[in-house]
Amino acid sequence: MTPTPSVGSSARLDVRKTYKLYVGGAFPRSESGRSYEVVDHKGRFLANASQASRKDARDAVTAARKAFGGWSSRTAYNRGQVLYRIAEVLEGRRAQFVEEVTLSEGVSKKHAEAAVAESVDRLVWYAGWADKIAQVVGGANPVAGPYFNFSMPDPTGVIAVLAPQSSSLLGLVSVVAPVIVTGNTTVVVTSYERPLPAITLSEVLATSDVPGGVVNVLTGDAAEVGPWLASHMDVNGIDLTGVEDRELGRTLEESAAENLKRVLRPAPATDWSLAPGIERMTAFLETKTVWHPIGI
Amino acid sequence: MTTVVSPGKGAGSGELAEATSSNSSLRRFLHGLPGVDQVGAEARAAMLGTRSIKTTAKEFAIDLAIRMVDLTTLEGQDTPGKVRALSAKAMRPDPADPSCPQVAAVCVYPDMVAVAKETLGTSGVHVASVATAFPSGRAAMDIKLADTRDAVEAGADEIDMVIDRGAFLSGRYLEVYDEIVAVREACARPDGTAAHLKVIFETGELQTYDNVRRASWLAMMAGADFIKTSTGKVQPAATMPVTLVMLEAVRDFREATGQMVGVKPAGGIRTSKDAIKYLVMVNEVAGPDWLDPDWFRFGASTLLNDLLMQRTKMKTGRYSGPDYFTLD
Amino acid sequence: MTEKNVSTGSTAEETGTRAVDPRAAFEYAPAPESRAVVDIRSSYGLFINGEFTDPAGGRSFKTVSPASEEVLAEVAEASAEDVDRAVKAARRAYTKVWSTMPGRERAKYLFRIARIIQERSRELAVLESLDNGKPIRESRDVDVPLVASWFFYYAGWADKLEYAGLTTAESGPPQPVGVAAQVIPWNFPLMMLAWKIAPALAAGNTVVLKPAETTPLTALLFAEICQQADLPEGVVNIVTGAGETGRALVTHDDVDKVAFTGSTDVGRQIAKAVAGSDKRVTLELGGKAANIVFDDAPVDQAVEGIVNGIFFNQGHVCCAGSRLLVQESVAEEVLHSLKRRMSTLRVGDPLDKNTDIGAINSREQLEKIRELSDVGDEEGASRWSPACELPATGFWFPPTIFTGVTQAHRIAREEIFGPVLSVLTFRTPAEAVEKANNTPFGLSAGVWTDKGSRILWMADQLRAGVVWANTFNRFDPASPFGGYKESGYGREGGRHGLEAYVR
Repeated sequence: MTPTPSVGSSARLDVRKTYKLYVGGAFPRSESGRSYEVVDHKGRFLANASQASRKDARDAVTAARKAFGGWSSRTAYNRGQVLYRIAEVLEGRRAQFVEEVTLSEGVSKKHAEAAVAESVDRLVWYAGWADKIAQVVGGANPVAGPYFNFSMPDPTGVIAVLAPQSSSLLGLVSVVAPVIVTGNTTVVVTSYERPLPAITLSEVLATSDVPGGVVNVLTGDAAEVGPWLASHMDVNGIDLTGVEDRELGRTLEESAAENLKRVLRPAPATDWSLAPGIERMTAFLETKTVWHPIGI
Repeated sequence: MTTVVSPGKGAGSGELAEATSSNSSLRRFLHGLPGVDQVGAEARAAMLGTRSIKTTAKEFAIDLAIRMVDLTTLEGQDTPGKVRALSAKAMRPDPADPSCPQVAAVCVYPDMVAVAKETLGTSGVHVASVATAFPSGRAAMDIKLADTRDAVEAGADEIDMVIDRGAFLSGRYLEVYDEIVAVREACARPDGTAAHLKVIFETGELQTYDNVRRASWLAMMAGADFIKTSTGKVQPAATMPVTLVMLEAVRDFREATGQMVGVKPAGGIRTSKDAIKYLVMVNEVAGPDWLDPDWFRFGASTLLNDLLMQRTKMKTGRYSGPDYFTLD
Repeated sequence: MTEKNVSTGSTAEETGTRAVDPRAAFEYAPAPESRAVVDIRSSYGLFINGEFTDPAGGRSFKTVSPASEEVLAEVAEASAEDVDRAVKAARRAYTKVWSTMPGRERAKYLFRIARIIQERSRELAVLESLDNGKPIRESRDVDVPLVASWFFYYAGWADKLEYAGLTTAESGPPQPVGVAAQVIPWNFPLMMLAWKIAPALAAGNTVVLKPAETTPLTALLFAEICQQADLPEGVVNIVTGAGETGRALVTHDDVDKVAFTGSTDVGRQIAKAVAGSDKRVTLELGGKAANIVFDDAPVDQAVEGIVNGIFFNQGHVCCAGSRLLVQESVAEEVLHSLKRRMSTLRVGDPLDKNTDIGAINSREQLEKIRELSDVGDEEGASRWSPACELPATGFWFPPTIFTGVTQAHRIAREEIFGPVLSVLTFRTPAEAVEKANNTPFGLSAGVWTDKGSRILWMADQLRAGVVWANTFNRFDPASPFGGYKESGYGREGGRHGLEAYVR
């Protein structure tokens, strides 16, 4: 990780990590064989990240769809525990994330520590929502007739997420957690220039009881992969939060209209340190209303 | 109305006969009938109640309804005088209008059958008698049968029996079945004919439409000629949805066996408007074949005068008043 | 529909004297609702800023009664210029009056409108049946009562928005969005108007609404109701026209919110048109709902539910139960009962109080229904309709079922939007769910079974915004309505229905 300019006779040579994609619970390289150079804020080489292609996006959607049935039918309590588990594992690797965030974002260590801490806390916050959101947004409806009628939230399905470009960890956690806590599965395209915390987060996900395919992480260019996700007919929603180019945002939204995807519009300037509301969850929740007669 | 006991009546053969071989098989059969959703059944009845019957259709319906009335008096205070008066009215409901049809039957307690029979003579208006310890049905079997035989001997054309609701509600279906069969046998006359048997469920005590459907099938399988909602002594008596469920049952029974069974809502039907709603329901649920006094009756007393008033309104074009119709 | 007096072996003998021929059929005499209650003007302008005005281009179009093809009125066609005028009026009313008015005052206007709708319900029902072709029984007993209830329901929200659970971290208690552009379809003209206008106004927005070109009249009567209610000018604006008018409206720069109910194709176009803007959108689009009947269903009520599911409003219902999925073990029995029941449906004059199925709304729609039904024939499904006399003029299609349909048939996949039911079978609950969900739509579904736990399992598994269990096509202002997948997004009705109109 840390650039090692030279190897003295006494210094130990770092074992570098190969940064790969995270798809269906596995860590494949891009099927395209492409990678790109990731540098730190000063332009120093950090790693070669896999550059996801449209086929990787396709595979990721397949994995996400496959995982949807199981994940969405878990009990809310169970999903809450899994999210809390992510927070636990992340907490245990705080030092590593602080280092990666510092390098990626060029922020002070203190700032990075705050971002990592907030990321853990955000996961805990969302974990608690798993078995409460239905009570907040659902309920019984007093219809004028002999019917019992209730509404409940239901996950939208497979959600593509174009993650924030600058906030490499906190921004990412803040867009992924609300999508999956309610039972959706996701394909997330990370920050292009700052992908390393995302890949390390994949390792956290892989070791915290999150079923394979629930979160699929693609490193690469949202402008390249995004359109394939936006137009993919088996994707039910797309979060464009991280899109900085207005025109790209417009064309992605246009593509998304083809199968009436639920769209969360670009919000690149979001301050992720602020407390979130529930809107990121409700954006990808359907309301299902059930009627039944009342009689003897 | 046919007065010959048809030998193939009821659960004569096949699946239905097997169903009555034991209480448990009967229970299985009755509980295997499709359920009735209360809200859906009531919505359907309400929708049929919105039909708008005008002009010629209304004239047709009113005359038909008059012909379907079982003009009823079932009071402790009934006397021969009262029954004679009622019988006279049954034969000539509207003395001012000879074109007015007569009603289907006069319905009385067994001890009044002879009086009614004597008055009605060969008019074609039947005498119907309640029997089997009406209205509660709480008597020993031999008393119920004696009650029935008495009425038949006195000249009753039709017997309106009550089922043992206690037995039905406690699941002793075969007991109810056997009782109906026995009463039906008691309806037989020495000449080989038999009085027609109407089986009263007292649906207000059965409570659920599922029970109404089961009771309907139980009675039809036991050989009922008619199935009837109520005694008129328990609220609620006849309702549109209860009658709907019974009409569905006779329709389905005919499809299953080829045999037609009549339906008689009784109690609570007081206005022409209500009667017409019932006829619409008969027409659209059981089918036009049931639009006949042989297959559909109204157990009622005050209904007749309202029908007559409406009939007069249709004929004269002005509203009539109660002073112009007899109170008997 | 002709009542066939099928004699099926009644053995009854006749006794006694009979004044009337006992075998005469019970033919219902015509029972037409009087047209006299409604006063249709020969021509209508655009309702902008509280008054009827002439369109800038001077163009107009005719609206006809689909039951007779009689021209009912000439209606102004709004151009982009007119739409701009309407949006400006709405903006002015929003800024100067409506958004700043205390919620409790807005509420009283809405209550007032609800009451006037009740007072003029007969008039509204007759006009709706005339212009749309739906049976008066439905416009009188379903549409108009729901319209009044919708205004009544949302009136009560106007001064309680802070309790609607929509307070956000960013913007605090709910605030109105601004000017709403609302485009509605022809199947429930007045009801869709209510679904759109009531929540919008309650939340403090002003609206420009475009009714469908074939059914503009009740919206224009609603404009008069707004005048009677003294609703401040510009709060509700109604621009009549066709697709071009709608396009001009939803793409107008000063519109903050777009609400559309209609076809998935147009919904898609709208979603594309607003891409990249700040406009908020809700779309309520097509459907191909499965109505699933299990072998333990309350069969008589299920048959009613099937009939109501597909023949209500001539099947011009986005949430219609257009795919009957019936368990194989009872398929024959259910189909037999269904056909018997269909034979009692009365097709004809929408204004006759005994009509069950009225006219198809337009020639264009009739052609579409015919075309897809012909495809059903060509693809090998068997068509059945009861004996049925259709009127000589007007647009009519008999109640129709196709049996032997598989998921691969176009009539099992495409929305026909007419009185045409495709019948498929299934063997197990899992297969029922799989088939029901195997569609790009996801608006509604029906389940018929007496087993409670199965109902809840099915309701959980079905990917549809509304699940009717042992009932079908029920609507209520307190009940959120809207679809999954290509059936659109956003909910109308209930607390959820406010969400689209606040920020």
